[in-house]
Amino acid sequence: MAHFKKATSVHEWLNQRLAVDSVRKVLATEYWIPKNINFLWAMGMILAVTFGLLLISGIFLLMYYKPDTKLAFDSVNYTIMSQVGYGWLWRHIHAVAASVVFLIIYIHMFTGIYYGSYKKGREMIWISGMLLFVTFSGEAFSGYMLPWGQMSYWAGTVITDIFSLGSLDLTGLVEWIRGGFVPGDAFLNRFFMLHVVLLPLAVMALIVFHFATLRLPHVNNQDGEEIDFKEESEKYLSGNTKNSKVIRFQFDFLSKDIVVLGFFFIFFFYLVFFHYEFAMDPVNFDPANGLKTPTHIYPEWYFLWTYEILRPFPKNPGLLAFGFAQVIFIFLPFLDRSPNVGPANRRGAFKVWFWLLLITMVVLTIMGKLPPEGIYKTYGPVPASIFILLWLALPIITKFEKPIGGK
Amino acid sequence: MKELKIIAVLVFFTLLTYWGVEPFAHSVMHKHVDFKHFAYKDLPALTKTGDAARGKALVMGAGACVGCHSIKAAGIPSPMDANTAAASYGVNPPDLSHVGALFDEKFLAEMIKDPTKALMLGHKFDGKTRVFPMPAFAGAGGDKNQEVADMVAYLKSIATASKITPTIAYTVSCGRCHANRYAKWTQIGFVPKTKSNITTNQDIDLLKFETKVADYQNNLAKYLGKLPPDLSIMIRARSESFMKTFVEDPQSQLPGTAMPRVGLNKEGYENVKAFLEKTGDPSKPAREKIGPWVIGFFVIFTILALLWKRSIWKDLH
Repeated sequence: MAHFKKATSVHEWLNQRLAVDSVRKVLATEYWIPKNINFLWAMGMILAVTFGLLLISGIFLLMYYKPDTKLAFDSVNYTIMSQVGYGWLWRHIHAVAASVVFLIIYIHMFTGIYYGSYKKGREMIWISGMLLFVTFSGEAFSGYMLPWGQMSYWAGTVITDIFSLGSLDLTGLVEWIRGGFVPGDAFLNRFFMLHVVLLPLAVMALIVFHFATLRLPHVNNQDGEEIDFKEESEKYLSGNTKNSKVIRFQFDFLSKDIVVLGFFFIFFFYLVFFHYEFAMDPVNFDPANGLKTPTHIYPEWYFLWTYEILRPFPKNPGLLAFGFAQVIFIFLPFLDRSPNVGPANRRGAFKVWFWLLLITMVVLTIMGKLPPEGIYKTYGPVPASIFILLWLALPIITKFEKPIGGK
Repeated sequence: MKELKIIAVLVFFTLLTYWGVEPFAHSVMHKHVDFKHFAYKDLPALTKTGDAARGKALVMGAGACVGCHSIKAAGIPSPMDANTAAASYGVNPPDLSHVGALFDEKFLAEMIKDPTKALMLGHKFDGKTRVFPMPAFAGAGGDKNQEVADMVAYLKSIATASKITPTIAYTVSCGRCHANRYAKWTQIGFVPKTKSNITTNQDIDLLKFETKVADYQNNLAKYLGKLPPDLSIMIRARSESFMKTFVEDPQSQLPGTAMPRVGLNKEGYENVKAFLEKTGDPSKPAREKIGPWVIGFFVIFTILALLWKRSIWKDLH
C-alpha cells in the first residue's frame, strides 16, 4: 500500500489519491500532437462538443417529452415549444445539432480518407470511427421518431420495412421490430428507449474507445510523415519548441481547437436562431396519420445518399446494394492496398478516386431527395452504380500505386 | 494560404449539397402556384355605388340575411346555436359584424349573388343534386346589382378595419371549420373555464361542452367529407407561399378540395397569419431578439480565442 502523508493542499491531497498530476500529463500536457496540421484536425473536438450539446439539450427535452402516441406530438410542439421557458431554444439546439453533427462527421471522415489516416497502425481509429457513425445513425433515426409527426411515422414505416429483406418477405421480423403490424405505441416507446438510453450509452463507450485507438499510432499529420514522437517530445521539453515536430495537447493544440470551435459556434447559432428549417422538416409538423401517406417521403439529408443507393434498383438488387453501402466504408483500411500514407493529391489515381467518391456522394444525396420521376428515375442507377464500382476499383488502383517520393 | 483553400472546398461542397436538398429539391417537389395578391380577378368589380342605409333595410328585410346570420355589431343575435346550425347546414354560418373589413368587396358581392362561384365550390354543388346551403340572392325587385352594392356598403359600414384582431380574423374566417387546440379554440368557440366536482372528480360542464364539439364536428365532417385539420401548428407545416396561394385559391393547390375560397383581403390574411404564428410559432419574437446577442457573444469569444492562440503559438513557430 502506498504511503500517505498529511497533505498541505487540496491539490496534494488529490494527487496522493488520484495521481492527478500524472493523469494530466498523460492525457493532456504530454499528450503529443504533430505540429504539421490544419483546422481539419479540430473536427474531432467539434464533434465531441456537439455531442455534448446534444446530450445537455436532450436532457432538458427529456424532462417534458411524453413517449405516448397520443401525447408525443403536443408535448414537443406545444409544451416544449410554447409552455416551457426557452424550451424552443433547447429543441432548436437539439434538432440543428443532430443535423450539423453529421456534416462534421462527413468532413471528419473525408479528412481521414484524404490524408490516409486509416492505415499503418491507424486501422482501429478508422474502424471505431465507423462504428460510431453507425451508432450515431441509429441515434438520429430513433430520435426522428419521437415527435411523432407524419415523417416520423412514415419514415419509421419505410425503414422498418427494409427488414423484410426483399423477397425473403420476413414480415414477422418487421412486426417483431415494430411491436405491432404498423408503428404504434410499442414502436414509439422502444425507439424512445433506444434514443435516450441504449444508443447514447453505446455512443459514449465508443467515443472513449475511439480516443483510446489514437493513443499508440498517434494523430496523423498533413504530409503523412512518420514522426518519432519520443525524440520530438524530448526536443520540445528541452525548450527547443520551434524545431520540434510535436506540440502539447494542452494548450498548444487545444488553443487552436478552440479558435475553430469559436467559428463553428457562430455558424451553429446562426442556424439555431435564423435558419433551422433544413433540420426541422415541415412535413413533421403534421401529426402522424397512418391513413394519410405524405406525397413525398424522404429521410433526413445525411441518409439520402444510402437511400439513393437502395431506391433506383429493383427490390432485391437494391437491398444488396444498400447493404454494400452500409458496410463498405468500414473495410477501407483493407481495400486500400497501397502502403502510402499521405495526402491524396500525391497519390496519383487515388486522388481521382477520392474526388470522384466525394462528388458521387453529393450527387447521390441531392438525387435522394428528388421524387423518383422522369430523368431522376431514368438516371437513378447511374450514380449508385458508380459508387459501387468505385469501391470495387479501389484495391486495383491502389495496388499499382507508386510509392510517394518515387522510390 | 492552404487553410483558406480548404475552407473554400468545404464551403463549396456544403453549399452545393444544401442547395440540392433544400431549395432545388423543394422546387421540384412542390408545384409552383403564382400568388395573385388577393386580386380575385375572376370576380366582377362592383359597378354601382352602394348606399348603406338602403343596404341595411335589405340585409334585415328582403335580403333575408338575418334568417341565418347573426350581426352582433347591429344587435342581431344568432337565430340558432352553432350545433343546430351545423345540423341544418353542415356548418355554422358566420356572424356578419366583421366580414366587411375582412373580405374583399368583390368577393362579398359575389357571395350574395352566387355563393357557389364565390367559394369556388362548383365541383361540389352543381345546384341540382347537391345545393349549397346559402341561397343566391334573387333580387328585391329593383336593380339587383344596385341592391347587392347597397348590402356590401352596409356590411362595410358596420365593420371597422381597426377593430379587426388576429383572433376575430381567425375565428370568423377559419375557425368554424378548423379547430386550433393550442389556442384552446374549437369550431363552436373557446373552451370554457370550468371546474371539476370535488367529490366525483368529474368536470361535467367540460364533458357537456366536449359532447357539443363532437356533435358539431360530426355534422361538419359529413358536410365536408372529412374533418378539416386543426391549424395549431400549420404555420410550420406549410410554406408561406403555400399558405397565401391556398387561402386565395384552395383549388390551385389541392384540386377537388372541399375547402372553399375564403375571400380574405390582404389585411384579413395578415391577421389570420398573425394568429397562426402566435399559436404555431410563438418563439419567433424571442428568437429574433436573443439570436444576435448569442452570435455576438461567440464573435467576441472567437476574437479572444484567436489572441490566446497567437500568444501560445508564438513560441512554437
